[in-house]
Amino acid sequence: MEAQTIVQPEKKKSNQDVIIIKHLNKSFGSNKVLVDFNINLEKDENLVVMGKSGSGKSVLIKCIIGLLEPDSGTIEIFGRNIPDLDRNELDEIRAKVGFLFQGNALYDSMTVRQNLEFPLRRHWMNVNQPEVNKLVQEALDDVGLKHTINMMPAELSGGMRKRIALARTLILKPEIILYDEPTTGLDPGTAKEIIELIVAIQKKYRSSSLIISHDMNCVRLAADRVVMLIDGRCYAEGTYDSLKKSGDPKIKDLIE
Amino acid sequence: MALPVKTTDFLQETGGISVFTGRFFKEAFKPRYEISEFLRQCFVIGYRSLPLIGLTGFIMGLVLTMQLRPSLIEYGVESQLPAMVGIAIVREIGPVITALIFAGKIGSSIGAELGSMKVTEQIDAMEVSGTNPFKYLVVTRVAASTLMLPILVMISDAISLFGSYIGVNINGITSFPLFYTQVFNNLGFSDVLPAFVKSFFFGFAVGIISCYKGFYSNKGTEGVGQSANSSVVISSITIFVIDLIAVQITNVLNLN
Repeated sequence: MEAQTIVQPEKKKSNQDVIIIKHLNKSFGSNKVLVDFNINLEKDENLVVMGKSGSGKSVLIKCIIGLLEPDSGTIEIFGRNIPDLDRNELDEIRAKVGFLFQGNALYDSMTVRQNLEFPLRRHWMNVNQPEVNKLVQEALDDVGLKHTINMMPAELSGGMRKRIALARTLILKPEIILYDEPTTGLDPGTAKEIIELIVAIQKKYRSSSLIISHDMNCVRLAADRVVMLIDGRCYAEGTYDSLKKSGDPKIKDLIE
Repeated sequence: MALPVKTTDFLQETGGISVFTGRFFKEAFKPRYEISEFLRQCFVIGYRSLPLIGLTGFIMGLVLTMQLRPSLIEYGVESQLPAMVGIAIVREIGPVITALIFAGKIGSSIGAELGSMKVTEQIDAMEVSGTNPFKYLVVTRVAASTLMLPILVMISDAISLFGSYIGVNINGITSFPLFYTQVFNNLGFSDVLPAFVKSFFFGFAVGIISCYKGFYSNKGTEGVGQSANSSVVISSITIFVIDLIAVQITNVLNLN
């Protein structure tokens, strides 16, 4: 089934697609989660994929980063098909793609500094300590939490943990950032701060963002384009305003 | 005809642990080697277990001596007490009791730690940070527990013998050199070597089973508790099974 395009975004930011997903299928037993799913993410774009809980949004984002293997279909990032890559090739791609986990996934046994240093030292093995210190400080500065550098994740509030997780994602200066439900579990005020931070970061680093969310504030404030994931398919796409005007009951149900 | 659920569960678990063990050997000898994490685990698993192992070893030696004494007096062989306690501790009680305490402390800790990392997506976060989580988390912990348990057993044996010396002197007077001369005159190569070798297998079993249970933990926080619990239970049973096999092998090789 083709996506029902309500309204195309008025202005395409660029013609360069950094992620192209074609005919993606993923099932768990008899449960078909993604069915012939197609989307693309353009350079410098903020794309939000909306869907109800359990609609397969997190499965989609985990297939993109190579944590889950799709049953069929292609996921091209920078022109390379993710399911075909071996571990080393996948790591090369992952160095350019940041991933913000829904539950933050901060390492409990490490301090904030060690959490931020971890991806740096694993991806860029030859980086020296002064450079590491500079990048850690810069990432913490971006999220406004320089003072937490020696704290443990357990000592931080939910919003602070989300910001630190975001700093860890940013530290490698990724060209693409994948956000899995970035505002889940946060109070409305903190959620709004996180969304504003995501938008500010996208502007500062000119990165492309794919945001998985069912939070309407997130969609409204962050999305250049919205894709609606319904019944495992790309049901509709367009701008937030155009989708809001739609009379389709499934779209209305999701957006309201 | 379908096997009873419990039998199929047992076979699935055994198969799962066997495949996991195979993967351990496959990954352990391939670079990149996680030396610093391995050393850190040696410290955590070995050094931090010392107080508990030392205390239980001391009590074990003391109590065993005090319990044996009346029986030996009855048969008029009280003078053989150091020799009997020495052989019992070095050949059997030291390795098995130390391994069981090790399974309780380290097995539950590894099961809970990895289980918690699994349900909070920390293992996935490692994967996207350019790290092979199996190598970083499993290979290092299994190698450290395999190496540390024999060392802990030797230390525990030494402390147990000291406890026994104290026990002997509670109801009589035996000099330190006389006690140890009696112990070591009655200990041979065939007493020490099989006990030392089997403690490597005990350590490996505790490491691999705990990592397996933690690495494949599910069902959220409930699953973490189950991982910790079943790590201890399965490790403890496996220690007795290995001990049973070891005694048969030493019989066949005439090492008794």
